[in-house]
Amino acid sequence: MSITTKDVQHVAKLARLNMTPEEENLFTDQLNAILQYAEKLKELDTEGVEPTTHVLPLHNVMREDENRKSLPIEKVLLNAPDEEDGHFKVPAVME
Amino acid sequence: MSTSNYETVIGLEVHVELHTQSKIFCGCSTSFGAPPNTHTCPICLGHPGVLPVLNRQAVEYAMKAAMALNCTIGDISKFDRKNYFYPDSPKAYQISQYDQPIGLNGWIDIEVNGETKRIGITRLHLEEDAGKLTHVDGGYASLVDFNRVGTPLVEIVSEPEISSPEEAKAYLEKMRAIMQYCDVSDVKMEEGSLRCDANISLRPHGQKELGTKAELKNMNSFRGVQRGLEYEQYRQAEILDEGGVIVQETRRWDEAQGKTLSMRGKEEAHDYRYFPDPDLVRVHISDEWKEAVRSTIPELPDARKARYAAEYGLPDYDAGVITSSKAMADFFEDSLKYTQDAKSVSNWIMGELMGYLNANNLELPQVKITGQGLGEMIGLIEKGTISTKIAKTVFKAMLDSGKLPQQIVEEQGLVQISDEGAIKSIVEQVVANNPQSVEDYKAGKQKAIGFLVGQVMKESKGKANPALANKLLVDVLNS
Repeated sequence: MSITTKDVQHVAKLARLNMTPEEENLFTDQLNAILQYAEKLKELDTEGVEPTTHVLPLHNVMREDENRKSLPIEKVLLNAPDEEDGHFKVPAVME
Repeated sequence: MSTSNYETVIGLEVHVELHTQSKIFCGCSTSFGAPPNTHTCPICLGHPGVLPVLNRQAVEYAMKAAMALNCTIGDISKFDRKNYFYPDSPKAYQISQYDQPIGLNGWIDIEVNGETKRIGITRLHLEEDAGKLTHVDGGYASLVDFNRVGTPLVEIVSEPEISSPEEAKAYLEKMRAIMQYCDVSDVKMEEGSLRCDANISLRPHGQKELGTKAELKNMNSFRGVQRGLEYEQYRQAEILDEGGVIVQETRRWDEAQGKTLSMRGKEEAHDYRYFPDPDLVRVHISDEWKEAVRSTIPELPDARKARYAAEYGLPDYDAGVITSSKAMADFFEDSLKYTQDAKSVSNWIMGELMGYLNANNLELPQVKITGQGLGEMIGLIEKGTISTKIAKTVFKAMLDSGKLPQQIVEEQGLVQISDEGAIKSIVEQVVANNPQSVEDYKAGKQKAIGFLVGQVMKESKGKANPALANKLLVDVLNS
C-alpha cells in the first residue's frame, strides 16, 4: 500500500490544512515511510489470533445513569474564542 | 407534470433522544431548556485528556428500542469516531457506531388506507447528540449551546421500502408510538427528541436501479415530513419529465415557503473516516442481559390494537387511533376500570375527546379529564342519572377541571329529572302553551311531537329524562 500526493491533498483538505507543493511531497514521502515501517508487522505469525479493535482485555466498562455536577459557566466559557449570552460565538459555517 | 409515471422510493433516518438522566459519556444532565452551556463539563466539551465512560442505561434503552423494532441484537457492539468539522461538535468527531451497531435487521408494520405493509429496519445504533447553533449577526456568526452535546441518541435507519409520503408519515407515527410504549424517549418532534431525515428518489416503473436521491432535512413535524416529501416528489418528477438529471444533494425543507431548498454541499462528499474509538472498550451483550432487557418491554401498539379489537370488539380504525398514543390507550384502559361499556368509552374518545383535542391542537396530557372520570360518567348515563346531552356538559367540565362527574352533576344541579310527576306538570304546561302543535299532532303530523319534546327539554333546562318526557307527552296528547 502506498500513499500518493492526491491522498495527502485530500486528507489535508479534510483537516483544513493548507500545504505548499513542497510540503505535499515531503509528507507523501514521510507517510509512505511510516506505512512501510508498519508493513514489518506483516512478518508476524498471527495464526489463531482473533482480530480486535482494542488492545486492552476489557469490556463492558460502564457507569450508572447518575448526574454529576457540570462546570460553572465561567469556566465553560474560558476556552471560548468569543462569547455572547452564555454561548460560544464562532464564525458561521453555512448560510 | 405527473408523479404517476414514477415509483417513489423513500428511506428514513430517525433520531430518537433517549431520556436518561445523564448524558451518554458523562454525568451532565440531559434536561431540556436549561440556560446555555450550563449542562457541560470537560468530557462533553471535548477537552483533551478526558475519558468518556458509557452510560449503562443508554445501552439498555437502545437494546429495548431495537428489540421492540424486531432487530437482532449484536453479541458485541463497539463505538467509532465519525470525523467532521462543524461548530456543533466540540471534539470535531461524533462518537457513533459504524460496523457493530446495537441492532440489525428489524421491521415494523404500518397501515395506510387499510392495508398493512412491513417496512424493514436496516439498523439501530447508539450515538451522541450534537450541540445547537443559532445564527446571528446577519448570518455571519453562530452562537453555540453545548447542553445537548452528549445526549444519548439512537439512529434508526429504514430500508428504502417506503413508497409514498403518506407511508413515511405512518412509519414515523408508528415509530413514535413504539418508542413511547417502550418508555425510552419523550419523542416530541417540537422539542427535537424525535427527528427525521429522508432519502427520496424516483424511478420509472419497472426500472430496477434506484434513481438519484436527494437527502431531505429540517422536517420538524409529522405534517412537515409528509409535505416535504410531497414537494420533493413533484420537484423530481418535473425534472425527470423534462428530461433533466437529478443532482445528488442535501435539501432543506422550508416550512414557511412550503418548498425544499438546496443546501451547500457538506465538504468533500461524506468522508467521515470512521475508526474505533480507543477511549471506549467494547460492549459484550450476553444472552442473560438481552433477556433481562427483553422482559421490560411492555405490550406494544400492534398487540394492544389487536387485543382491543378482539376483547372489546372495537372497529379496527378506532382501535388503531386509540393505541397510536400510549397516553390515550392508558386512558382507555383506566376508563374500563369504572365501566364495562368499552364501546361507549371508545365512542366518547373518538368523538368528544379527539374532537376537542384536535380543534384546540392539544395532546391528552394537557387536559385534565381522567379515565376514571369518563368511566364513571358513562355509569351515570347507564343509571339514568344524567342524559347523554347533559353528559356532554359534564364531559366539557371534566376536560377543564378534572373533577369527577358526580361532583360536577351535584355542583351544577345537572341531575336528570326522572320523577314522573315533575315531568308531567311540565308536559301539561307545554301542551297548554302550544295549541297549534297539539292540533298538528292530532291532525296526523307525527313530526309535531318532536317540537313538543324539545319544548319540554327546554323548560326543564335539559334535565328531563327524554324517554320519559316522550312517553308522558304521548299519554297526555292521546288522553
